[in-house]
Amino acid sequence: MVKVTFVSSDGTRRAVDIAEGETAREAALFNDVPGIDGDCGGVCACATCHVFVDPAWIDKVGRLAEGAAEADLLQFAEGANEYSRLACQIPIEPLMEGLILHVPEQQY
Amino acid sequence: MDTDMVEPNIREKVAFIPIDEIDVARPSLFQKDTVGLFFERLRREEPVHYCRESYVGPYWSITKFDDIMAVDTNHKVFSSEAKLGGIAIEDMHSAKSALELEMFIAMDPPKHNQQRKAVTGAVAPSNLLLLEPTIRERACQILDDLPVGEDIDWVDKVSVELTTMTLATLFDFPWEERRKLTRWSDVTTAAPETGIVASYEARRAELIECAMYFKGLWEQRINAEPKNDLISMMAHSPATRDMPFLEFLGNLLLLIVGGNDTTRNSISGGVLALNQNPDAYLKLNNDPGLITSMVPEIIRWQTPLTHMRRTALQDWEIGGKKIRKGDKVVMWYLSGNRDETVIDRADEFIIDRKNPRHHLSFGYGIHRCMGNRLAELQLRIIWEEIHKRFAKIEVTGEPERLFSNLVRGITKLPVRLHAR
Repeated sequence: MVKVTFVSSDGTRRAVDIAEGETAREAALFNDVPGIDGDCGGVCACATCHVFVDPAWIDKVGRLAEGAAEADLLQFAEGANEYSRLACQIPIEPLMEGLILHVPEQQY
Repeated sequence: MDTDMVEPNIREKVAFIPIDEIDVARPSLFQKDTVGLFFERLRREEPVHYCRESYVGPYWSITKFDDIMAVDTNHKVFSSEAKLGGIAIEDMHSAKSALELEMFIAMDPPKHNQQRKAVTGAVAPSNLLLLEPTIRERACQILDDLPVGEDIDWVDKVSVELTTMTLATLFDFPWEERRKLTRWSDVTTAAPETGIVASYEARRAELIECAMYFKGLWEQRINAEPKNDLISMMAHSPATRDMPFLEFLGNLLLLIVGGNDTTRNSISGGVLALNQNPDAYLKLNNDPGLITSMVPEIIRWQTPLTHMRRTALQDWEIGGKKIRKGDKVVMWYLSGNRDETVIDRADEFIIDRKNPRHHLSFGYGIHRCMGNRLAELQLRIIWEEIHKRFAKIEVTGEPERLFSNLVRGITKLPVRLHAR
């Protein structure tokens, strides 16, 4: 299991354990972390699992690839920035132990 | 004689018609609400189905949830471009169409993206927080004015009124003339067969009137300080301010139709669904907290836009069928939303579903409904306020449905209100 911490917009921190190979979206949904909707079912089609990767972690997680479907969707998300990713597109690996993801105020 | 009129035999008819002859584009099937029987058969026997002949020419029907998702998210292969036919089963720039309107829903990237980005802020969650008190106040006013114990038409008195008021708020539209928005919305999607307009020429004339009206508002807003309404945003945004006029009009109409018909019919559809499912109504009355999950369930159940259409830019295979470059591909959201292989007990209206937002009504991918949170907000507010006031909205007569294969509309819904 890998530990992932979600920080909500009001500063509340929730640390959850998730099996390697699952995505950050599942880490949130399986553990009832509020603020991650994931309407489309985790197939990169709706942008309702938007997270801001903590800057200290962005290199390990990887930045948004230009021209990818994920970037196409995130350009319409409210408040998206250089640390934005879709949680469904972040497969959890052992090197992510301790990962910190910030949850936007609302999904759109 | 229209064989659809033989209602008692409809199930048998659907079961025995040769599969090749099924044509789900006929608007009468939607008006009689029998199209679901055809979709059920297609999902079972031929989920990706080719119809060779219809009043809109040949087209592919995509009827299962996952196949629809695959087409909707693949905008590089499946184009929305108006010049190729656009986003509805009936071609946009056909001889029948009113004007050569251009709207971003019927564009591909990169132009689509620039224009959508310019207006998306108006319906983004943070702006909705500002709008919520106004929408609630107006919803309260509508409901407080309704007579208890009398027969009224829910569509006209509530569904149309609330969505029109919300639109007028979004556009900062002259308040007393707000029903013009409703009219223009109806006219935009209307064919003469609907009875809404007398002819295509009449429709064109009304849309030109609409265009002139908005031109006036545009000139007013462009000469004023930028504000948070949609017209001001479009007038001041670099991506939209130099837009050719028909493009400006097209995008406005897109926002009007997008924000009007769809939410209106979901408000009506929810009342109907609760009446058809008394157990659900009882559950709701005992626990109004269920409104949160009921709202997306209503949107799934109603599926206010039955389909979106794409045009294949290259040969492509879906569900074992070879789609050819140039083919018309119709994603039937109404069918995908009843797909048992993805949605548990899809034929039932369940207000406390575990995963209620996993439906197709808003589409997916880059064209996903921009106003989806606004739609949910309006529905949540109206149901919260209904719950405070009325023990029941009783449907007292048969609903009337729209003659359209695109807008799944309820045009009349007689009801009687019971006070709490």
